[in-house]
Amino acid sequence: MKRALPLVGLHVLVALPWLPLGPARLYILHVVILILIWSVVGTAWSLMGRFGLVSLGHGAFLGVGAYTTVLLWNFWGVPPWIGTPLAVAAACFLALVLGYPCFRFRVVGHYFALVTLALGEVIRLLIIAERDWTGGSLGVTLKDAGAGAVNLVALQFADRRVFYFIALGVWLAGLLVWRWVDRSMTRSALEAIGEDETAAASVGIPVTRFKLKITLLSATLTAVGGVLYGQYVTYLDPGTLAGIGVSLRIVFAVVLGGMYTLLGPTVGTALTIALAEYLRVAFGVRFLGMAETIYGLALILIIIFLPAGLYGGLRELWRARPRPLAAATPPVRPA
Amino acid sequence: MLEVDRVTAGYGEFTALWDVTLRVSAGEAVAVVGPNGAGKTTLMRIVSGLVPIRAGDLRLDGDSLKGRRAHEIVSRGIAHVPEGRRIFPRLTVEENLKMGAFLPAARRHYAETARRVWDLFPVLAERRRQRAGTLSGGEQQMLAVGRALMSRPRLILLDEPSLGLAPVMVLRLFDLIRRVREEGYTILIVEQNVRQVLSLVDRAYLLEVGRIQVEGRAADLADQDFVRKAYVGI
Repeated sequence: MKRALPLVGLHVLVALPWLPLGPARLYILHVVILILIWSVVGTAWSLMGRFGLVSLGHGAFLGVGAYTTVLLWNFWGVPPWIGTPLAVAAACFLALVLGYPCFRFRVVGHYFALVTLALGEVIRLLIIAERDWTGGSLGVTLKDAGAGAVNLVALQFADRRVFYFIALGVWLAGLLVWRWVDRSMTRSALEAIGEDETAAASVGIPVTRFKLKITLLSATLTAVGGVLYGQYVTYLDPGTLAGIGVSLRIVFAVVLGGMYTLLGPTVGTALTIALAEYLRVAFGVRFLGMAETIYGLALILIIIFLPAGLYGGLRELWRARPRPLAAATPPVRPA
Repeated sequence: MLEVDRVTAGYGEFTALWDVTLRVSAGEAVAVVGPNGAGKTTLMRIVSGLVPIRAGDLRLDGDSLKGRRAHEIVSRGIAHVPEGRRIFPRLTVEENLKMGAFLPAARRHYAETARRVWDLFPVLAERRRQRAGTLSGGEQQMLAVGRALMSRPRLILLDEPSLGLAPVMVLRLFDLIRRVREEGYTILIVEQNVRQVLSLVDRAYLLEVGRIQVEGRAADLADQDFVRKAYVGI
């Protein structure tokens, strides 16, 4: 039973493109692809967030990832196969420049959040300022590779289903990374660091190294999410991919879903995107800002009543439910 | 075993230690006493690598530890029980001990070391699945000492272990530290309870405004004058 549920879920996800979803099939597929891409980013964020490394500037890594591949392709025809590692390298470099001084000199908590906030804005302003390359605030469109519906070199596909499977694969890989961290010594070390840095250092945990490691991992995964977004949407603009707006949206989604559980970030992302899409369709342009207002309310309520997030909180309730056989209850791990 | 050789150190513009020289031989217990703000905690933190040395040298068995990071120093066999206990409050007692054995060499012997710690502090064994933050002050201090032992150190740095404990608890704690000592660990301890700590150690140093003022055998120092100086600094 315990194994069956995820397996069924995976089968449904794999079969999704062929399910009879009615006339809105393509639209639903589009929304699901967006959810998968943003879930990768949310999962990446939670890798740091769950250990108290609250970044309010993940848009920087996202933007660097997306813009690097798209600009390399547009200007020099460098295919994303080469562009992606370069984008990841650029994001990692940025993470290093941000992380090393912060961690070495104990910039923690609110101060760390503020530094990352600034980083996100710097990248957004940089994209706007370099308008000859990046198209500035008007954005940039990925050049069409032409040559038919499927272009493996340029990773451009007319059929959404191909993208769907790529996004699904990357999402699953992201979950595997999360779980790998969850089961490693890195997790214990970072939990200890999150509790008390001095104590962690005094028992022999190399604090700077572990924090840097998780930041690089998170930046890498976020950049991959950015690349994916660029290849799928084929249009980048600094407002959507860098700066405070997107950085906070990532945080909201993860806090909503819960950052201490594997599927929390995905559930949160799915809810926020579905909600935004629903409100957009339902109200059109009549109630602008309605989606944000409802997010805000939902977020406040969830922080008050389900501090472990929607998914995390409901899972706790489910596990704590009265059962006939108390002995069969698996030990609840601390979040 | 440990040599602090004419060390100067501080924070930013501020110098907390001036030209401090101190030595601890293997198997010895040494105390550093002195009034508040004398630099006792800083001294502990330079030995454990949490505060860098500005001038002078720090040696363990003749090898310089200068410029080494905290985790390297732990792996050399020095464990630090920081001031104010600093246990991990939301982890359980057992998880706290696991973190103490974080380094690979210590992790390999986890079961064996843990058994020794449970024997030494039976009250911790009773509470192994309890969150550390819910322990009493004395129990938390025992856990902090136990966690330090988990790294299988040769030298233990104890920074104000009696801080914030009830007088009865302080006596019990000193008994336990005596037992730790009898197990063969070398101890460097910083304390405000001068009389009690002098009954525990072989030698003591008096630190005042960042300088070593008096040094000597504990038995010789246990007179009124020294104790008064340690408390009020005059």
